[in-house]
Amino acid sequence: MIEILRIAGAALWAHKFRALLTTLGIAIGIFTVGVVMAIIEGLNVSFSEQISSLGSDVMYIDKRDWFMNRDTWLMTRQRRNIGMDAAAYIRERATYISHVSPRIYQRTTLKRGDKSLEHIATIGVAEDMAVISGTDLTNGRFISIADGHHRKPVVVIGDAVREELFEWEDPVGQRISLSGRKFLVIGVLEKQGQMLGRNMDNMVYIPAETLLKMFSRRWRNITIAVKASDPALLADARDEVEGIMRRYRKLRPGEDNDFAINQQSSLQEFYDNATRMLWMVAIGIGSIALIVGGVGVMNIMLVTVTERTREIGIRKSLGARRSTIRWQFLVESMTVSALGVLVGFLAASGVAVFIHKSTPLAARIPPAWGLLGVGVVVVVGLIFGLWPATKAARLDPIDALRYE
Amino acid sequence: MSPAKRNSVSTDPVSSNGLISFRGVTKVYDMGKEQVHALRGIDLDIQPNEYISIMGPSGSGKSTLMNIIGCLDTPTAGRYEFEGELVCDVSGDSIERMNDNELAGIRNRKIGFVFQTFNLLSRTTALRNVELPLIYAKVHRRERLERAREALVQVNLDDRADHRPSELSGGECQRVAIARALVTKPSIILADEPTGNLDSVTSREIMVLLDELYGQGNTIILVTHEAEIAAHAHRTIHILDGQIDKDESRPADD
Repeated sequence: MIEILRIAGAALWAHKFRALLTTLGIAIGIFTVGVVMAIIEGLNVSFSEQISSLGSDVMYIDKRDWFMNRDTWLMTRQRRNIGMDAAAYIRERATYISHVSPRIYQRTTLKRGDKSLEHIATIGVAEDMAVISGTDLTNGRFISIADGHHRKPVVVIGDAVREELFEWEDPVGQRISLSGRKFLVIGVLEKQGQMLGRNMDNMVYIPAETLLKMFSRRWRNITIAVKASDPALLADARDEVEGIMRRYRKLRPGEDNDFAINQQSSLQEFYDNATRMLWMVAIGIGSIALIVGGVGVMNIMLVTVTERTREIGIRKSLGARRSTIRWQFLVESMTVSALGVLVGFLAASGVAVFIHKSTPLAARIPPAWGLLGVGVVVVVGLIFGLWPATKAARLDPIDALRYE
Repeated sequence: MSPAKRNSVSTDPVSSNGLISFRGVTKVYDMGKEQVHALRGIDLDIQPNEYISIMGPSGSGKSTLMNIIGCLDTPTAGRYEFEGELVCDVSGDSIERMNDNELAGIRNRKIGFVFQTFNLLSRTTALRNVELPLIYAKVHRRERLERAREALVQVNLDDRADHRPSELSGGECQRVAIARALVTKPSIILADEPTGNLDSVTSREIMVLLDELYGQGNTIILVTHEAEIAAHAHRTIHILDGQIDKDESRPADD
């Protein structure tokens, strides 16, 4: 076996440039798949880090599903808005739910002195949101029941807002203006970082009631965030919430829901679908490149067998069996494809490192890649080497010896 | 378990010390419309440590004869035994022959080929060329190198072990080829026009070497069309039109 490897190595070494060109197709195939894998792996890492901040045991009751196509969007246009009373309705009845909070989104302009921040995400919430979102405070306190009840102008600010408006000062107890109205800063949130490309610290929380009073008509649509009391009973919690909402909406059995319950998992599903597409494209391009590369290997092996007909004759006259000759050429074709895999792998690793260094994406090539590489070597080398190798093995020793 | 023992059809008793036994060996090439009779019923016995030359004009069938002796080819009719082992027995409808691997095994262990065109692997050193049959015989690496060196010493080329064929003269190449033929300690050395590509001085050197090897107890079969070369042998078989025309023995004198 070692001898066969050595013979294959020597034969390839004699035609270095040719061998390198031959491997190009395979290298490109491996490179494509490798780079896409690295990118997807990077996406996976940051996605799962980010999505976990949504909380796997949190559900969001919305008017619509987060992800839908045009048809369902049209269908759900007629749905009624979800109001604040729904949150209270759920809170009163749910047993599998530990925390409930409305979540109302508004963009506002923040000002302090001559500093001004525009388009800041301002989210109207209740006291439970502290637990539901899982964010801690570095300073001060969160919004209380009384704050909501009295529609107080109090605000809990995100870390980015604190940095912009207060720098090193302690913001708690200070006043800022929010869309022209004075608010008292009561707390500062811990730094959250990015999620899906959005800075999560560039936001503020105010009581939901305060926000509604300031900005809206009475029947503004809201989202209700609920947290299951036991993550293991998430499915029960979901069923319960669905039942409560149906009762709240007075739906008859058989009628479709006119609301949606969204979860982290629906985001996950959407993401999985998106990356699956990416995968399929990569595998498609990769396999075409591999087939082209494989045909290249076969072509070069056929040339090699013809060129070395005499050598095959000599080896046979010295007692090489058919199987030995076949193996010799199979090992050679597998070595060529191994070389391609190596080149493709190195190139893809280089690109992965580059992406990792120059973008926030933690691109890397997963270890399973090694297995895939070995598989490709074996499959491409064997499939495309088999015919030339068999041809070599079947040569008649006398004809082969006479071949000029 | 020799194929001969398996052969229940076999009737001829095998001579105990016969090296090669041909009985009615015939080779017909089917060239589409016409059939070419390369060999027409050859009967031939060769004993160990004979020095034989096979002579004949081109097209006489001597190459075919050599190929069959060398187990590179098989007859279309007749019986061939090598050291009592049945290589091939074709009579009428009954065909009994070694398979491809068994033939490869015989070539590997029992026969040492020396070709007119040397047939060395060009990118490989002399030592590695000589080592090659031992690789196929699955001899261990250390023993292999030792024996390959020994064989090169036998042909006085041990100082050229690391040279490639392109760096060697024709005579040296042929001596490497002879070392390669010797290295497995074969039962016969089969030399096909071994001096055909060499000048007269080098030819003489090669023949002296072959004579020496014969003197050391090797069996040598020489295929040639030169009477001068054939004269080194002690038995000359003349082939003409696929048949043995003359089979002359001379006493080993000189």
